[in-house]
Amino acid sequence: MDFLRPTTLAEALAAKAERPDLVPIAGGTDVMVELNFDHRRPPGLLDLTGIAELARWSADGDVLRVGAAVPYARIVQDLGDRLPGLAMASRTVGSPQIRNRGTVGGNLGSASPAGDTHPVLIAGDAVVEVASARGARSIPADEFYLGVKRSALEPDELITAVRLAAATGPQQFAKVGTRNAMVIAVCSFAVSLHPERLRVGAAVGSAAPTPRRASAAEEFLSAELTSAGLWESREPLPDSVQRRFGELVAEAASPIDDVRGSAAYRRHALAVLARRSLGWAWREHSGGGNERCA
Amino acid sequence: MRVNVTVNGEARSADDVWEGESLLYVLRERLGLPGAKNACEQGECGSCTVYLDDVPVCACLVAAGQVQDREVRTVEGLADGETLDPVQEAFVQAGAVQCGFCTPGLVVAAHDLLRRSPSPDDPEIREALAGNLCRCTGYEKILDAVRLAAAKRGA
Ligand SMILES: Cc1cc2nc3c(=O)[nH]c(=O)nc-3n(C[C@H](O)[C@H](O)[C@H](O)COP(=O)(O)OP(=O)(O)OC[C@H]3O[C@@H](n4cnc5c(N)ncnc54)[C@H](O)[C@@H]3O)c2cc1C
Ligand code: FES
Ligand code: FES
Repeated sequence: MDFLRPTTLAEALAAKAERPDLVPIAGGTDVMVELNFDHRRPPGLLDLTGIAELARWSADGDVLRVGAAVPYARIVQDLGDRLPGLAMASRTVGSPQIRNRGTVGGNLGSASPAGDTHPVLIAGDAVVEVASARGARSIPADEFYLGVKRSALEPDELITAVRLAAATGPQQFAKVGTRNAMVIAVCSFAVSLHPERLRVGAAVGSAAPTPRRASAAEEFLSAELTSAGLWESREPLPDSVQRRFGELVAEAASPIDDVRGSAAYRRHALAVLARRSLGWAWREHSGGGNERCA
Repeated sequence: MRVNVTVNGEARSADDVWEGESLLYVLRERLGLPGAKNACEQGECGSCTVYLDDVPVCACLVAAGQVQDREVRTVEGLADGETLDPVQEAFVQAGAVQCGFCTPGLVVAAHDLLRRSPSPDDPEIREALAGNLCRCTGYEKILDAVRLAAAKRGA
């Protein structure tokens, strides 16, 4: 087995072009588990932690670009105000030790349907930046996930960053699990309100082969808010609207029965998560302050 | 491969390291530092917690090659000679150690918490220790130890 430690992105991309079978390693919180348990014996590891350009975030006007190798702890610390949804999801990942190492790039690289950042990236209309020696391309988050642990990333490509607009309205992320730490989501949900575009973003995780946009729920709520003038009036949301939103979110899922929960439970829980998260987000929009679930 | 790394302030090097090996294995089996414990090898228990460049991590999830030219501080590096760190002292005094397997990881995690937040409230302590499992104590004595350590450090 080889161990490559490139110090620039160009060097890493050249290595990946020559040897697409190299396995990138960032925080190692997925890769090392596979190595420790002999589930994987790659011919070589391509360490990304020595590449400064992947470990930075930057702001270009209202758009934030978060390097693929920025650990969750830094997102929580630095970006909680501008990317509240991503920070909220980051805060729920694993434990402090895991958040000190784990990265959004690794979450995308693993493309687990249960990855916590995925619903947030979809709800926030994020773009995944990837690059290879052939050039760079941008993939909308909801086109990135192709199947269970399968993504649109080509074998010679690396994820370089995610790009998403700074929040213009409230964002929420919520997940169901047995405790507050160390939980792989039984199901998860993210919602973003985009008042300037009169649009709502909503997506589910751990409830289908891929993280998934809840399009019908988004359309329904965007239309209700606009037609009733609620974006401006900021009046309380009718119960019926919150409930219907929850139902439509649950309908977007196609969950399975597994050790963490049954399909029926996941559908039910998603409807509840969606209704509650929307309630928290709307209260914030109405001036009730920013509410966070634990 | 050879890995050069500073451990507890000392330049160390390990030879014949397998490229897929963890930092935990290097520390325990190659550098003779068995303080960090190997319990799960999957990031779940925190008993292998060490500082890497001043940030607590699970040593079982760091690839050996990733620590080249970097700094690691293990539980062995917390005491000042024969004088225990206040966190270590508090663990002994509060009875927070039973079998002791989880202790090194908890001590490092608590040490880090108190550096960042000298008088943490209970939710903060629980959050900081959420990645460390103990199968013996039921955690109450561990919380006592952290409160005691905070008091000692403040004194
Ligand atoms: C104890 C524990 C708890 C966890 N809890 C959670 C949780 O609550 N929520 C959650 O979502 N996840 C959780 N995880 C999984 C893991 O921490 C996350 O998926 C994390 O985001 C992975 O990031 P990493 O940098 O450690 O990835 P790595 O392990 O370094 O890599 C993961 C995968 O992505 C690839 N990769 C990494 N970076 C790139 C890149 N830049 N370009 C291309 N490919 C890349 C790697 O080759 C590998 O296939 C947990 C893991 C552990 C061990
Ligand atoms: S041995 Fe590393 S977390 Fe359990
Ligand atoms: S004292 Fe035995 S596991 Fe904690």
